[in-house]
Amino acid sequence: MARPRSFDVRQQTGFTFVAICCFVLLYLPIILLVVYSFNAGTSIAIWEGFSWQWYEAAWNNEKVQEATILSLIIASSASLVATSVAVMAALATTRTGKFKGSGLVFAMINQPLMIPEIVTAVALLLMFAMIKVSTGYTGIWYLIIAHSAFCIPFAYMPIRARLQGMDLNLEQAAADLYGQPWQVFRRVTLPQLWPGILSGAMLSFVVSLDDVVITEFVKSAGQDTLPTYMLGQLRRAITPEVNAISTALLAISIAMVVAFYLLSKSKEK
Amino acid sequence: MTTDAQTERNRWLLLTPALTILTLAAAGPLLIVVVYSFLTAGDYGGVVWTFSTDAWFSVIAERDFFDETLSFSDAHLSIFWRSVKLSLMTTVVAFLVGFPTAYFIATRPPHKRDFWMLLIMVPFWTNLLIRTFAVMEIIRNEGVVNTVLMKLGLIDSPIQMMFTEFAVTLGMFYVFLPLMVLPIYASMERMDFSLVEAAYDLYASRWKVLRRVILPLVKPGAVAGSILVFVPSLGAYVTPRIMGGGKQLMLGNLIELQFGQGRNWPLGAALSITLLAIVMVALIIYVRSAENGETHHG
Repeated sequence: MARPRSFDVRQQTGFTFVAICCFVLLYLPIILLVVYSFNAGTSIAIWEGFSWQWYEAAWNNEKVQEATILSLIIASSASLVATSVAVMAALATTRTGKFKGSGLVFAMINQPLMIPEIVTAVALLLMFAMIKVSTGYTGIWYLIIAHSAFCIPFAYMPIRARLQGMDLNLEQAAADLYGQPWQVFRRVTLPQLWPGILSGAMLSFVVSLDDVVITEFVKSAGQDTLPTYMLGQLRRAITPEVNAISTALLAISIAMVVAFYLLSKSKEK
Repeated sequence: MTTDAQTERNRWLLLTPALTILTLAAAGPLLIVVVYSFLTAGDYGGVVWTFSTDAWFSVIAERDFFDETLSFSDAHLSIFWRSVKLSLMTTVVAFLVGFPTAYFIATRPPHKRDFWMLLIMVPFWTNLLIRTFAVMEIIRNEGVVNTVLMKLGLIDSPIQMMFTEFAVTLGMFYVFLPLMVLPIYASMERMDFSLVEAAYDLYASRWKVLRRVILPLVKPGAVAGSILVFVPSLGAYVTPRIMGGGKQLMLGNLIELQFGQGRNWPLGAALSITLLAIVMVALIIYVRSAENGETHHG
């Protein structure tokens, strides 16, 4: 069979069609969810005019306020803890060859990505249940520690990537000029590492903010983050109030991810 | 200049905080789960500290209440089977959609590829609960699809799509799809498209080019993507809970049920370890095939 000379392997009509459908499928539900959060009526399928009422309802709902504050406290603390320990871990494991135990270290760091969340959730439930019984403490530190742990790989990855792309000569030069290790780190390494640290912190923040399963199992009675509050609401009648909260959360996540994308682009230049 | 011993000491000092948190709140507690799976269930939830293998028997078998005979637990086996079946279906559908999408992105001009990948990744980083919820609003009885079809007069009463295996699969496909596209795209981007052109020049049909040239080259990515979709599907909890509404339980939901009031904690622990074991087997298969792939091409 003869083909026209202009035939291009990069244009596969069937594949392009599936890809376009894929993007539409991916975004259609989210867009509808956002649109109907502005619906004047209670329906999530029939449009009855524009209104802010569900945002007002969510804003004035005391339970939502409490859940938002708890979510933000946990996400900021977990992100801070995870990023700090991830910087140290990345410094220890980057730019060296294989060292004794390196396989085990990588397995440990990436372990939250491999073990099903429900299993970790059960494990934490059992451990914290024992601690709760023996100490009587039921505060938010359980959640902060649990979130910090599963955020570590997300903080670690961009920091490690940034470190790997850095010029070793600068640090070598600083050390040759009698810079103390801490000085070299603060004055030479850290300024170059910032974009990676910021990316890691943002990813951890988003991951912590979105967590449902582990939070649901670890939280004490009366504690609710936004996702667990929403999961509880789904059992009852669904109102666009949940859409409004979802839209607000989506906005935060998307802003963070786009910022992360722009940061990672800027380091390529 | 620091000596080797000092470097080594510093390295472990720097690793200590991260490893401590991970041991305390991720790896360590898994041992507690193993211990609990060998204890006796308490009457009102919790455990009694006496050794028992009852929980492990209950994973697949049940003791008849009257004559104490053992038989396979149909309820558990059907949940195991559903978990595996729906996870496989999710993986297959995600591949059928993810592969062409990755191909489409990999064949865009280089400066535009990042943008398309960003479009794939943005939904992935948004809340899984919200995305599941968004799909639910589409296929609910009062949802978009049914409302539109009824307005058009095509159907008289809503089609029941929620709380079916279809709903769970659709939900999992929707939330895990980016995990399929990402690794396939990564191997396709490195693929040499002149090989594809050469095959076409030699009069290979489209199907043959796909099967004999493209698929073997992106196999590592396709395997990675399939594992990345299969593993979280198998342990999924939120999506089957919302889309299945308690009627289409998967392993994650069965585990959760064991931790309510007056339920069976040791059984929940044993089921968790079982899930973990299945996932580990899948991951080992993946690592093995990744290593084989490297020796093949390298």
